[in-house]
Amino acid sequence: MNKFDVTVIDYGAGNLLSVKRGFEHCGAKVNVTDDKNLIMSASRVVLPGVGAFSNAMDGLRNSGLDETVHEVVKEGIPLLGICLGMQMLLDESEEFGLSKGLGIIPGRVISIPSLDIDNNNQKIPHIGWNSLIQPDGRKSWDGTLLSDIKPGDSVYFVHSFMSNTVVPEHRIANCLYGGLDIPAVIGKGRTVGCQFHPEKSGEIGLKILRQFLLL
Amino acid sequence: MRNIRLIARLDIKGPNLIKGIHLEGLRVIGSPNEYALRYYSQGIDELIYMDSVASLYGRNSLGEIVKKAAQNIFVPMTVGGGIRSVEDVAEMLRCGADKVAVNTAAVKNPKLISDIAQKFGSQCMVLSVEAKNIGPDHWEVYIDNGRERTNIDVVTWVKKAVALGVGEILLTSIDQEGTRKGFDISLVQSVTNEVSVPVIASGGMGYKEDLINVVAEGHADAVAMADIFHYERETVQSVRNAAKLNGIEVRDV
Repeated sequence: MNKFDVTVIDYGAGNLLSVKRGFEHCGAKVNVTDDKNLIMSASRVVLPGVGAFSNAMDGLRNSGLDETVHEVVKEGIPLLGICLGMQMLLDESEEFGLSKGLGIIPGRVISIPSLDIDNNNQKIPHIGWNSLIQPDGRKSWDGTLLSDIKPGDSVYFVHSFMSNTVVPEHRIANCLYGGLDIPAVIGKGRTVGCQFHPEKSGEIGLKILRQFLLL
Repeated sequence: MRNIRLIARLDIKGPNLIKGIHLEGLRVIGSPNEYALRYYSQGIDELIYMDSVASLYGRNSLGEIVKKAAQNIFVPMTVGGGIRSVEDVAEMLRCGADKVAVNTAAVKNPKLISDIAQKFGSQCMVLSVEAKNIGPDHWEVYIDNGRERTNIDVVTWVKKAVALGVGEILLTSIDQEGTRKGFDISLVQSVTNEVSVPVIASGGMGYKEDLINVVAEGHADAVAMADIFHYERETVQSVRNAAKLNGIEVRDV
C-alpha cells in the first residue's frame, strides 16, 4: 500500500527535492520512488524531468517505468508531468533527432523558434517568469489545474522546446514568447502537464500544486 | 513580452552571508537563510548563492545552506563556487539547486561545460564570468573569485562556452563589484551582442537607475543585486516598481 498523497517518479532526473518540498508545503505526504508497485498504488503521480528528452525517455524505458506511467493513466490515477515530464507525455520530440515519447497526449515536441514573429533573434532557452493566458476558444479554467489562477499570473519557465499538442481541447493555457503561443499547461482526462516549474513559481506555483491535490 | 528577472545574489563564506568590494575585503552580513527568506517573501524572481572561497580551498560548504533554503523557498536557485565535476553538480541538485554556476573549473577544463549540459541540460549550466577591464572594450577573464588572471578575452570565452552548451551567463564586473557605482554597461553590451543565451548582469548595483540603464543600454536579461538589498537600501518591491515605471517589463507579483 502507498500511504502517500503524492508519489514522485524517480528515474534519476534533476532536482526532486523542490517538487517534494512544494507538495509538502501544501500539506501533502510525498514519497519519491522508482518502485512500480508503490507508483501503481499511488493516489497521485508526478513525472518530473529536466535535461534532454531522449536521455530521460531512455531513463524511463531502461527501468520499465514507461509502462508504469501508461498503467497509471489507464487506471485513471491523476498524473502531473512537469517541464520535460510534460513533454514526454507527447508522441515524439525533435530534440537531437526524432525520439519517441510516451504518446499519452497527441502532439510533437519542437524547438522554440529562434526568431520572434517580427523576425528578430530571440533568446533560447526561454528562461524566466511569464504570464499564463487562455488559448483562443477557452473561456475559463474552472475544473482544471488552473481553477485558482487568474489569466496574467506569472510562473517560472526554463526550456528550449515546446509541446505542440494537436487537439485544441488538450490546451489549457499558453504563454506568449516572441509573440508566439507556447503551450504552458496541457491536459487530457486526468493527465496534466506544466511546461513551467510550479515548484519554482512562488505562491502562484504552490496554488497550482494545491489544485493538483484536489483533481 | 520578455520579463527582466530580478535576482538576489548571496555571496557565502562558510556559514555566513558576506559582501566585499571587487570580490575582496569580505564583510560578514548575517545568516544567508534569513536574508533569502526575506527576499523570497518580497517577491524575488531568483536567488544565486556563490561560495566565495570554495575554489580557493577546494571545497564547497553550500550544500547545507541550499538544502535549508529549499525547505521554504520556491523560486529558482543557482549555486556556484567550487563546482568541479558532474558529481558536484548532481550533489547540488540533490540539495535543491536548479542550476549551477561554474567559472574556474570550466576555464581549466572547458569540456566540463558540455559534460554538465549533456547530463543535466543546458538550462542547468550557468557560466560564471568574472571580468576585469584591461583596455577600451577589452575584458579579461579572472578565476578563483577574482584572484587569478587567465589572459583569456571575455567575449572570445563566452562565445566558445555557449557553443559548448552554456544555457545562461552570470557576468560579474570585478571593477564595479561592491562599489555601488553602477554596472559596466559596455561589458554587458559586448556579451549580449555576441551570444544568444540570457545574460545576468552582476556587480555595481547602487541605485535603482543602475538596473534601468543596464537593461536599456546593456540589454541584460536579468540583474543580480546584493548589497542594495542586504543593507536594505531598497526592497525587491521598490526595485520592481521602479523598473515598471521606466518601461522595463517585470513579472507582476
